[in-house]
Amino acid sequence: MVGAAAVALPPGIERVLAAEDLASGPPSADRRWVFVFDLRRCDGCEKCVSACQQMHHLPESQEWIKVHELTDATGGTYFLPVICQMCQHAPCVNVCPVSATYHTPEGVVVVDQDVCIGCRMCMAACPYGVRTFNWEDPPDVPSMFHKGDPEFQVPQVQGTVGKCQNCIHSLREGKFPACVQACSMEAIYVGDLVEDVATDGHNTVVLSRFLRDNHAFRLKAELETETRVYYIAGHGQDLDY
Amino acid sequence: MLLLRRDRDGAAGQQRARPQKGLDLPLRDAALAPSILAGRGSTALLIVLAVPILAAAAAFGYQLDRGIGVTGLNDQVFWGVYTVNLVTFIGFSYGGALVSAILRLTNAHWRGPIVRLAEGTALVTLLVGAAFPIIHLGHPERVWQMFTRPQLNSPLLWDMVAIATYMLATLLLFVLPLIPDLATLQDHERLGLRRSRLYRALGMGWQGTPHQRASLERALTILAVTIIPVAIMVHTVLSYAFSLTSRPGWHSTIFGPYFVVAAVYSGVGIVIVAVVAYRRAYRLESWITERSIRSLGYIMVTLGAIYAYFLFTEITTEGYVGEEASQTLLHGLILGRYATLFWMFVAGGIVAPLLLVTVRRTRTVAGITTAALLVIVAMWLKRFLMFVPPLTRPLIGDQVGSYSPSVVELTITAGAVAAIPFLLIVLFRVVPVLSVYEIQELGHPALEPHRVPAGGEGR
Repeated sequence: MVGAAAVALPPGIERVLAAEDLASGPPSADRRWVFVFDLRRCDGCEKCVSACQQMHHLPESQEWIKVHELTDATGGTYFLPVICQMCQHAPCVNVCPVSATYHTPEGVVVVDQDVCIGCRMCMAACPYGVRTFNWEDPPDVPSMFHKGDPEFQVPQVQGTVGKCQNCIHSLREGKFPACVQACSMEAIYVGDLVEDVATDGHNTVVLSRFLRDNHAFRLKAELETETRVYYIAGHGQDLDY
Repeated sequence: MLLLRRDRDGAAGQQRARPQKGLDLPLRDAALAPSILAGRGSTALLIVLAVPILAAAAAFGYQLDRGIGVTGLNDQVFWGVYTVNLVTFIGFSYGGALVSAILRLTNAHWRGPIVRLAEGTALVTLLVGAAFPIIHLGHPERVWQMFTRPQLNSPLLWDMVAIATYMLATLLLFVLPLIPDLATLQDHERLGLRRSRLYRALGMGWQGTPHQRASLERALTILAVTIIPVAIMVHTVLSYAFSLTSRPGWHSTIFGPYFVVAAVYSGVGIVIVAVVAYRRAYRLESWITERSIRSLGYIMVTLGAIYAYFLFTEITTEGYVGEEASQTLLHGLILGRYATLFWMFVAGGIVAPLLLVTVRRTRTVAGITTAALLVIVAMWLKRFLMFVPPLTRPLIGDQVGSYSPSVVELTITAGAVAAIPFLLIVLFRVVPVLSVYEIQELGHPALEPHRVPAGGEGR
């Protein structure tokens, strides 16, 4: 599974990813975004959850990043933060009857809420339960924030499906995603498969080596959804979700 | 036209006195009984049924205004009663269509008096069922985008195509055999001017010539052959909305056949109820014999037995291998949170109908009707048990979801239930409830004994 991330770089060359490096200008496949969650570090504080809700002006009931508290093999608990897994073979994209949900060139799955008919078939198809529905009207947002962009929809459109869009709008501007920015535990990395690099905002790593050395895994890899979100397990954690 | 003239003579005898319920009506009168005898009773019933229908319309208006958040649905259980209604009601329709088509193809002689009711029930339940895919949307006003920007990989798009095709086939199956009836009944003396004109127009100049009869028979045979695979596809594709996901409890190869058999099973149930209701209300006993109701009852319990077998094999294969998700779901169903509902289904939807129809003492019209009513309710419940419990199970983590339908959902459901008899009554106030043409073609003990089968030298 790690092999998918191994875009080989010549030995000795380690690109350092700074925020500016993330800016890629117009949408293109020059960037293929990746997230890595280091479960050894996550303490379940959920700062990422509130930062995400603030960024996207979501109601409190709606979490685009969910922090699950799970029991490990030794009976202790650990935390598993789950965002949209950026499946390259995305079941949600396949089942949408009106193509309201689709991949951006960078591999991020977004929803066009001006098109979504609200059938919730994508919620049925998503193996990770990361899609949410706007059952109620979204919270009021000052009109200066209004954006009708599928890649950054503020406010949300009632009666349509919403989901983590991996803060692609921030990445385009060379900024970190809200969850990465908010994490004080340095547990969330954002990276790029093309440049083979990832950063949590403080530490920068060679993505492929980082994943390989730490035995990174992907959620429900057996479904062959080809996700672009990786996890690094701590001790005693059950790798089969 | 000798036969029809005889019929007319029969009717002429009662011309002055309004035909009475309780009399053995001649065929032409019997076929039109709901329209020419439509009295205060059926009008009162229409008014009573209109109440929940109007309430449902108001509830839907409220839902459109306030958004779909007025349902009990949530991010975990995002499909509920509307989805159950969609599958159940479209399933009902399947019974009528298949009864008519299969009995035609197998040349079952007893079908004559019941095919019209079966086809009418199929049409009406399909119309009601097809409303639910739209009612359940977050943005029903955007549904046209299914046509303007279809995404061909989506099972929901296949659903739409399948349902539309099936609707056309069901409509044709209802309308084609009407042509000779409308033409021959157009000058029925009690029909009234407007209906007479309508019959003449829709009768399309039917004269009963050998050429016309051959064309009609061919069309009906082609339609009957077509509608069986179409109906099977509709229900299989409906099941794909569930089974083509990776969810435990849904992702199962048996879902297609499961849906198909469930549909016909409950569909035959609703045909029985409609047939018995009309038979009783308009004293059609001499035309709709107890034997045809018994035959329908046998078909129903045969399908029930097949369904029970599917259920058994599903539980055995899921339960024997200890996969965690399946185990949790099965446990919830058989012993846990949903056990009461599940065993109610088994008792009321499988065992009781089977006993009622097979035990000689209860194999009466009342017993078979009770069995049919039980099947109808139980199969709604079964769909609920198929869709909702798998959704309550978390995909990651251990947060178990829950769902109870809101007042809005229940009001709309009640309205849809009422809409079925309402539309049936309206339909058969306009068109004949018995297929005169087919009863004459097939022969019937209640036709005068010396009558020559239609199509013979009588013409």
